[in-house]
Amino acid sequence: MSAADPTADTRLHGIRALIARHKRWDYIFSVIGLVAMMIGIVTLLALFIDLVLDGYGKLNYDFFTSFPSRRAAGAGILSAWVGTVLVMLVTALAGVPLGVAAAIYLEEYAPRNWMTDLIEINVTNLAGVPSIVYGLLALGLFVYQLDLGQSILAAGLTLALLILPVVIVATREAIRAVPGAIREAAYAVGATKWQTVAHHVLPYSTAGILTGVIIGMARAIGETAPIITIGALTFIAFLPPSPVTTEPPFISFDWLFAPFTVLPIQMFSWLSRPQAAFLENAAATGVVIIVMTLAMNAVAIVIRYRFRKRIKW
Amino acid sequence: MKRKTRTAAQPAAPAYNGDMRSPDEKTPVPAAAPQAAIAAPIKAQAQKLHFYYGGTVHALKDINLDLAEKQVTALIGPSGCGKSTFLRCFNRMHDLYPGNRYEGEIRMHPDNVNILARQVDPIEVRMRISMVFQKPNPFPKSIYENVAYGLRVRGVRSRGLMDDKVEEALRGAALWDEVKDRLPDLAFNLSGGQQQRLCIARALATDPEILLFDEPTSALDPIATASIEELITELKLKVTILIVTHNMQQAARVSDYTAFMHLGELVEFGDTNTIFTNPSNRRTEDYITGRYG
Repeated sequence: MSAADPTADTRLHGIRALIARHKRWDYIFSVIGLVAMMIGIVTLLALFIDLVLDGYGKLNYDFFTSFPSRRAAGAGILSAWVGTVLVMLVTALAGVPLGVAAAIYLEEYAPRNWMTDLIEINVTNLAGVPSIVYGLLALGLFVYQLDLGQSILAAGLTLALLILPVVIVATREAIRAVPGAIREAAYAVGATKWQTVAHHVLPYSTAGILTGVIIGMARAIGETAPIITIGALTFIAFLPPSPVTTEPPFISFDWLFAPFTVLPIQMFSWLSRPQAAFLENAAATGVVIIVMTLAMNAVAIVIRYRFRKRIKW
Repeated sequence: MKRKTRTAAQPAAPAYNGDMRSPDEKTPVPAAAPQAAIAAPIKAQAQKLHFYYGGTVHALKDINLDLAEKQVTALIGPSGCGKSTFLRCFNRMHDLYPGNRYEGEIRMHPDNVNILARQVDPIEVRMRISMVFQKPNPFPKSIYENVAYGLRVRGVRSRGLMDDKVEEALRGAALWDEVKDRLPDLAFNLSGGQQQRLCIARALATDPEILLFDEPTSALDPIATASIEELITELKLKVTILIVTHNMQQAARVSDYTAFMHLGELVEFGDTNTIFTNPSNRRTEDYITGRYG
């Protein structure tokens, strides 16, 4: 077909008109998508900036080193952030091994039958159970049945239960991402199932597992309802006993059974005060919680990036 | 024996049967038609082997095949004919997936163990029979750790012994000179052909009795393919080799015996020369001359 050929010319025109018509949808969708994205991002950003502007004046050293007080100006979040850190510690120590072990079992060991299918479906459903329901469960089980009281241990275990489904699902996804060829390679040299899991599957899926764990923790750090349900106090003017002591055996676990408060509860309690000065404290606490959450997510991203660079399938 | 014609090879069959079977063994000689004789010691025998995927798909039908010791046996056939399925029976890879079922047996010699028997642990089988896969599948670990892994699984603790074995395996896989200065490097940094030789080294490090190759060069370029083929012909001095290949020229180049499979059946088996120059079955001839496949 030469360029002068009139039929070729009309054909080309037809093709170009068609492409132009089709591309209009690209344009329309990109506008819709941009607006949708903006609604989410701008709203959140506005909220965050508002929070920062409100609480900015309080974010100083004293705020982190003072106990809550009846005077808004002198009140701080020392007991709250210490409580949050300790509760998170218990949550991680209890939730991660349980979740990872359960995921490994489901993915590598469990026989493929209807029981396993049922369990798998319900694990995913558990992630959608409202957190206050976990709080009620924990109140009955940990606080009264096991007599742990309204303690850091009870709160940590409650939040561990809460993040368990998240950890299990994330771990299973990560484990599943390890190619079958790698498993077969390990089995082919005579490895047992446990050797394959311990030497290959787990190390290669660490990034995914850690990401899931951190996302779960980031969810737990902001949880208020279950902690209130099990009876965390809103006014704590002391720290739990130190885990390190001066007398032998130098390590004490008394802090596990201490009463406590956490950041979201501190924030909630200040929000419910009538005085405007306390609102400033609440805003500052909100900023601290958000920054902690963002920091955890940042760590998750860094870990993922680091590991992905090393392992590419 | 490679040069023998089919007619000349047949009289040798009873002689080998008499030699290799222990007198107390009552197993009847398989009388399947496509069975050809081997004039060499036998390392393994598939007898009346059937295999079912997921309990329903009848993927292998009555396979009878003898593996000649320290020889290369090639499995050829069109896609989906069951050659890889058959190969993977030899190290019980099918046990990893639920619902798969074997019938019949594969007997290893000289111990006469049926490696498909339920009471034989698949790990025991895999400790004796190594495998090299279609796509290079090194672990995302160092070159050294990849080769050493089989030894670690076997509980080797001595660093010196480990070092020696790793070097020996890498030399055996013709990779030593290329990697000896970068053993701690990540295996993923090697080229495709080097990765495949690394996988061969990993398989060799544990002194297997049989080495299985599942289309080892299908993901490689011609130069890497040539080096792997050369390697295979060298390896048969030490180990019995069973190789699945899609490439008939490859089968003709590297193997001593060739089995042609079609639709889950073993159609013809004999020494490579005969299969390629004077096949007795029509389907074999059609496949070899490129009429299908």
